[in-house]
This record gives sequence, structure tokens and C-alpha cells, in this order.
Amino acid sequence: MAEEKKLFKVTIDNITIEVEPGTTILNAARMIGSQVAPPAMCYYSKLQGSGGKCRTCLVEVAAGSTADPRPMPKLVASCRTTVMDGMVVKNTTSEKVLDARAGVVEFLLINHPLDCPICDQAGECDLQDLSYAHGSESTRFEFQKRIFEKHDLGPYIQLHMTRCILCYRCVYVADQLTSKRVHGVLDRGERSEIATYIEKALDNDFIGNVIDVCPVGALTDKTFRFKNRVWFTKPVDAHRHCTKCCGRVRLWLRGNEVLRVTTRRDKWGEVESLPDGTPGWICNECRFEKKHVSSWEIDGPTRIDRHSVIAQGHYVDLEIPNDPLVKVMHGNKPRLLLDIHSVSEVNKPGIDLAALPGPPTSKVYDQGNDKKE
Amino acid sequence: MSRKLLLEKAHVEGIRNYDVYRREGGYSSVEKALKSMAPDQITDEVKKSGLRGRGGAGFPTGLKWSFLAKPAGVPRYLICNADESEPGTFKDRYLMEYIPHLLIEGLIVSSYALGSNRTYIYIRGEYAWIVGILEQAIAEAKANGWLGQNILGTGFNCEIYVHPGAGAYICGEETALIESLEGKRGNPRIKPPFPAVKGLWDCPTVVNNVETLAAVVPIINLGAEEYLKIGIGKSTGTKLISACGNINKPGVYEIEMNISVEEFVYSDEYCGGIAGGKKLKACIPGGSSVPILPANLLLKTAKGETRYMNYESLSDGGFATGSMMGSGGFIILDEDQCVVRHTYTLAHFYRHESCGQCSPCREGTGWMERILKNIEYGKGKMSDIDLLWDVQRKIEGNTICPLGDAAAWPVAAAIRHFRDEFEWHVLNPEECLKRNYGLAHYADPRTPAVA
Ligand SMILES: Cc1cc2nc3c(=O)[nH]c(=O)nc-3n(C[C@H](O)[C@H](O)[C@H](O)COP(=O)(O)O)c2cc1C
Ligand code: SF4
Ligand code: SF4
Ligand code: FES
Repeated sequence: MAEEKKLFKVTIDNITIEVEPGTTILNAARMIGSQVAPPAMCYYSKLQGSGGKCRTCLVEVAAGSTADPRPMPKLVASCRTTVMDGMVVKNTTSEKVLDARAGVVEFLLINHPLDCPICDQAGECDLQDLSYAHGSESTRFEFQKRIFEKHDLGPYIQLHMTRCILCYRCVYVADQLTSKRVHGVLDRGERSEIATYIEKALDNDFIGNVIDVCPVGALTDKTFRFKNRVWFTKPVDAHRHCTKCCGRVRLWLRGNEVLRVTTRRDKWGEVESLPDGTPGWICNECRFEKKHVSSWEIDGPTRIDRHSVIAQGHYVDLEIPNDPLVKVMHGNKPRLLLDIHSVSEVNKPGIDLAALPGPPTSKVYDQGNDKKE
Repeated sequence: MSRKLLLEKAHVEGIRNYDVYRREGGYSSVEKALKSMAPDQITDEVKKSGLRGRGGAGFPTGLKWSFLAKPAGVPRYLICNADESEPGTFKDRYLMEYIPHLLIEGLIVSSYALGSNRTYIYIRGEYAWIVGILEQAIAEAKANGWLGQNILGTGFNCEIYVHPGAGAYICGEETALIESLEGKRGNPRIKPPFPAVKGLWDCPTVVNNVETLAAVVPIINLGAEEYLKIGIGKSTGTKLISACGNINKPGVYEIEMNISVEEFVYSDEYCGGIAGGKKLKACIPGGSSVPILPANLLLKTAKGETRYMNYESLSDGGFATGSMMGSGGFIILDEDQCVVRHTYTLAHFYRHESCGQCSPCREGTGWMERILKNIEYGKGKMSDIDLLWDVQRKIEGNTICPLGDAAAWPVAAAIRHFRDEFEWHVLNPEECLKRNYGLAHYADPRTPAVA
């Protein structure tokens, strides 16, 4: 008789699930669903050794296991902590977790340029999502932000370190997908930077995948830079016969023009697994050189989560939203919702921005108001 | 007079040389251990002795050794942590420089106990001249049959290698040290797995401090029973303290852990009192990472009891009113020192030494340094003090390795005990550039010695 595998029971935010031993808390939470899954900025299930660094996935372990129900003294990184039988985990139900997570988001943002308006990643950026969910609306950091020069990593990829959150995912890609290791981290602490030693171009067939694993806009596709906002492009899944890779990609179209080619992403923002279970990484040729629809066989439109901003330019399965405003306005369509000058502090008079020693903060504006009164 | 176990012979003329060291009774613990004891017996003896790690955390050494996984056919490694980069700590340097054979002797016995045939000394790069001293000692030990193949005919083989680091404090953290030893960037690993299971080249590994491993020699020579009698409670044996700052006699002292802090600071046998007849203001009793204590809480605990120089007493009161033994770097600040300036200096150090792997430490250490700089230079705001408190709170406990905590604790303790001094800087932006705050209410309970 085949021996039955013992499963571990774990309870996350009051929901219990049984998982195989060796499963991490994060993956157990993902099995339950996105409502309890902690955010992950550095962990990437398809990259060995990833995770543990960004600390956004910290959770509280209220009970270690049935055998030893003591709580763990510190918050733990759920992406690198495996479950025990009878473990009780608190994610969003823990004040401590939410407080620490807000701290991590703040740390990630203090040196981030917040240049979303000109960043190619905007609209599909994990840091935007994270800040929206856990960040605060103003900053307490009143110093010069860290700035790096932009670097070209070969002909197709640009590195803009200023936006990097040092998740190390690209380092693992370079390490695990390519044969030469010329991509790493130089210097340390807040001066750490992703680098290819002495400007060595990364001419490896699979290096383009670093763009897809980058959670922010630090690594961007030079063939797509500034061409369009992602939410104006229409994603479709497509494939071609490729001798180097699986050839299964996502095309980002504007009309019949292929603006960008990427890997297909799953629900967690990671590259989709192929039917055989291996990750569907794509080669540079498919990514950078096949920019004609005629090179591809279209499989069909990509399913987009309706919460994603990309859904706004995408019309598959679209439900016409029930607009409550029309209802309360007796069938009239709203014309002007808000007067921009009443919400934007930037337009408040009486503040000489040039005279400020540093970047303006909400405090500066408050003081400006006081003076007026 | 404290009993000396480690530095007793450190000043015998020529003790650095093998012949003198041997004549003074050196390497007898190797003879005793290899000829009459099984490896596990040595581990038991170390366990019984109550020896606690001297590298900072104070973890019981015997217990650590007993955790070492011993799968068949897999090599095991012992690594001696000689990275000693904590500001204020310079005891290992002293030991290695003056009596290097003691460390080599301890390493041979410990390697035998743990089954390590290749043992490494990872030494901080700035101790370049000590590398030569250690290598000479190793060569001499090998020439005299204490290292190499089939040592003392027991069939035990052991080689010791010295590996200099490249100047990073973080490489003193045991898993960063292992990464560095493997030739990689010195980033701490995420634990578990712990080195006892997966350490150097994924093999079971023990990392111990220089002083810890040297202390194995007297434990074997005297026996655990005797060793246990020295010291007090869970602080057994002797401890090296590197004393510095505004004292009359800075230096490395070997103490029995039952003397009071007051005796240590003021007696002529040790620090010899505060320099220049000034008053004691504050002290960092265990290296830069541990909480700073004002004079009134240093000599007596919050309960009014005498504070002693040992693990339990120094941490009496927790972080609210106590500190830690840490790595034994004892830093004294007199009445003319500025706590804000001092905290800023430490924050600068931790910002510079963070490996940058995890966000709270990478970003938070730099943020704290900048806020502290503003306060120190009269550009701070009252709200900055609370901000500083909040930033350190969000780093502490949320990082991969304890460097994050080590950066947060000094800031927290400085605000906890010296908040008035921070506020004074904010309220007197011009005066704080010209003079220091002075003693205020944490006055030295003792009358100053008349010079
Ligand atoms: C940032 C950091 C730096 C450290 N530096 C040292 C060091 O220089 N020397 C040392 O012995 N231990 C150092 N440690 C402690 C080691 O990680 C480890 O606990 C110690 O070597 C264990 O030895 P022990 O049990 O003999 O104390 C450091 C820890 C951290 C987190
Ligand atoms: S460049 Fe992107 S993928 Fe690489 S470490 Fe930075 S944020 Fe992560
Ligand atoms: S706490 Fe600091 S030094 Fe330690 S791993 Fe994190 S970033 Fe590196
Ligand atoms: S996702 Fe777990 S620490 Fe980054």
C-alpha cells in the first residue's frame, strides 16, 4: 500500500489549509488566495535562493506548531519560513505586521524617485501596488534622494539604479539562466548597485528576462522605452516556433503594431510555468527582434485582472460598471467631479519653492497657509 | 587580583615563539585531550564548564557544539571568527598578537572535538600584521607535530588556514563570514538553515570567537569543575574586556566576572578612574552595538543593586534600564562628551557597514545618520527625535541579520536615557555648536577623584 503523505495543517488569518511539508508560509497563503497572501517584492518562486530580502512579506507566527505552540519572538519572512503542523499565522489580522509592513514600504520609498509619470513600469509596478496598499500619502524623509547614472546593459536593456529596490531577482536570473556571471552587486549598504563588471554587455540569449523579473522600472526594455503607457497597449498571448526558447509570449499591441514582447505572467506576477512545469522564460530574439504580428501566431487575448489599470484599455469580458453617480444624479452624467485647485496643494499660493532648502513637504504648505490667515 | 587564565603568560619574554610557549606548559591541553579524551567528552566538558560565546551573543558554546550535524562522509568545519570589527572591541587582537599559540592550541583541541580536519581563522583585513604572527605559530605547531597528519599518533589530521577579510564589519556575522570565506560577496545568509547543519560549502560548521576557542585550553587543563568555580552564576570563567574612552588606563583586561562595574572603572588594577579627574557621564559596556547607559544606571541597577561585570548583571533591567555584555568593548564617556555626536558617529558606522541586502537596514541606517547629523549640527526639529525613535523601531527585529538591531539599539538607548540632551540641541541650535551639554541629572554618583 502506498504510504499516505502526511500533510501539515496551517492557519493563516483564521483560514486553515493543508499543505505538504516544506511549503513556505507564503506559498501556503497563496494557495488560500490573494486575500491572505502577503505581498512579495523579492521572492520569486522560479528563482532559487530568492526572497528574504525586502521584508514586505513579514508575518507574525502566533503559534509555532501543535507540538510547540509558542509564538515566534520576531516577525518572520513568510517567503523563507516553512510551515509546521498546527502553525497559526497572522498576516493582515496582525497590527504588528501591518505596522512593520508600512515601515518597509516607507523604507523602500524614501530613496525612490517616484517618477511614475515617466516610468515605463507604471501600471504594472509592484512597488506602486504595494505603496497603494500599505504606504502613506506623505513622506517624512527630508533629504536628498540617492541618485545613480543610467546604464546600458548591452543593446537592449537599460538599468536605472535610482529606481532599484535591490531585490536581487535580476542577479539570480543572471546566475541561473545564463552561463556567464557578469551581473552582480557592487558596493554595499545604501550605495549598493546592480552592475555588470566594468560595463560588460550581457550578450546572453536569456538575459532579457531580467526585465520581466524586475518588480520596478529599474530594468527596462530599450526597444519599448517611452513608446507607450502599458495601459494603452493591448496584451495578447502568442507563440512561435523558436529553437532557443519555448516561444510562448505575451505581445503588447497597439493596433497591429507589436510594441513589446514579454513572458506570460501568472497571477502573482511571475513568469508562467509551461505544461511541463518549467518556467516559460523567453529568449532575446523572441523578445527584442520579433516585432511584427506576422512572426507570431496569436492564441487569444490575455485575461487581465479587472483591478489592474491595464484592464482599462482592454475589452474582453468587460462588464459595464454600474455607475452610482448617475443614479444619485437622477440619470444625469456627472460633468466635473473635482476642482483640481481645491485638492492639489501644489497650486496653493504664497510659497516660493525656489527659496526652500530641500524638497517641499506638506509641512511647508501648512505653514504657507498659516501665513495667509 | 583576578585570576588569569588566558593572558597569564602573555607577557612572558618570547612567548610568541613555540619553544618558550611549550616550556611554559603550552600544548598540554592537546596532549590531554587527544590522548585521554574522546571528542564527545570534550564537548561535554565544554558544556559543563558553562563557557558562553565571547563574540557578542553569549550563546553557550558546548550547546552550540552539540548541535553540529554529523552525517557520515561529509566534512565538518570549525571557523575561528577573528573579524573583530566592532568599535570599542580589541581584545582578540591583543590575544592573537601577544600569545598566538594559545589560540592555535585551542583550535587544535576544538577541531578534534568537532571533527574538523580543515579549520579556518577568518581575520579582519586590517589586522594584516597578525596574519604573519598566526601563520608563524601554525608553522611552528606543525613542525612540532601538533598539526598535520596523524597528530600524536591518534589518526587525527588537522590543518589550520588563516584567511584575511577585506575590511567589512558585516563579515563578522557568521554566515556572511562563511560566504566571504567561500569567495563570495559577504552577505549574511537567511537562516534557517543554520551553519551547524549547512555552513561552509554547505557542510556542518561551527563558528566561534577567538576568545571562546582560546578558553577551551584552560577548560581542558583545569577541568570543567574547576573552571566553573571562577566567575559567578551563568557567567563562568574569565572574560577579556577592552576598555577605552576617557579613562586613565585604557587597555585589555582579563577579569573574573564577579567584580563590580565600579571596581572595574575606578580601581587602579583596571581602568584607573576617569581621566583628568573628570566625572563619568555614560558608558557603553559591551561594544558599540549594545545600549549606552548613563552613569547612574551603570554602577547600580534600577533596583539600586550593585552592577557587576557579567552577562546577567549588565543586562539586568532589560533594555529599559540595562545593557549587555556584548563583545566586551567597554567605552567610557566623561562629562565633556556629547551623546548626540557620539550616536551620530555610531549611526555613520552602521550606515557604512550595512551590507544592503534588506530594506529596513539599507535605507533606515542612512536615514538615522542624516537625522542625527541635522540634530548634532543645530538643524534638527523636535519632531526629528520622535521620527528617529520610529525609524529605529521599524528596523529592529525586522532584518535578516542582527546588524539591523545593532544599528537601532544605540540610537534607541541614547534617546531613552538622554532625550533632554537631544532636545537641548534642537532648542539651542547655535550654542550646541559651541559647547556640549554636560552632565545634567545623570551625574556620576561618585565624587570625582582629586588629581
Ligand atoms: C554584524 C555582526 C558582526 C559580528 N562581528 C563579530 C566579530 O567580529 N567577531 C566575533 O567573534 N563575532 C562577531 N559576530 C557574532 C558572530 O555572528 C557569531 O555569533 C560569533 O562569532 C559566534 O561565536 P561565539 O559563540 O564564540 O561568540 C558578529 C555578529 C554580527 C551580527
Ligand atoms: S534592478 Fe530590478 S530586479 Fe534587479 S535588484 Fe533592482 S529592483 Fe530587483
Ligand atoms: S540587517 Fe543589514 S547587514 Fe544584515 S543582512 Fe540586512 S542589510 Fe545586511
Ligand atoms: S518577499 Fe519575502 S522578504 Fe521579500
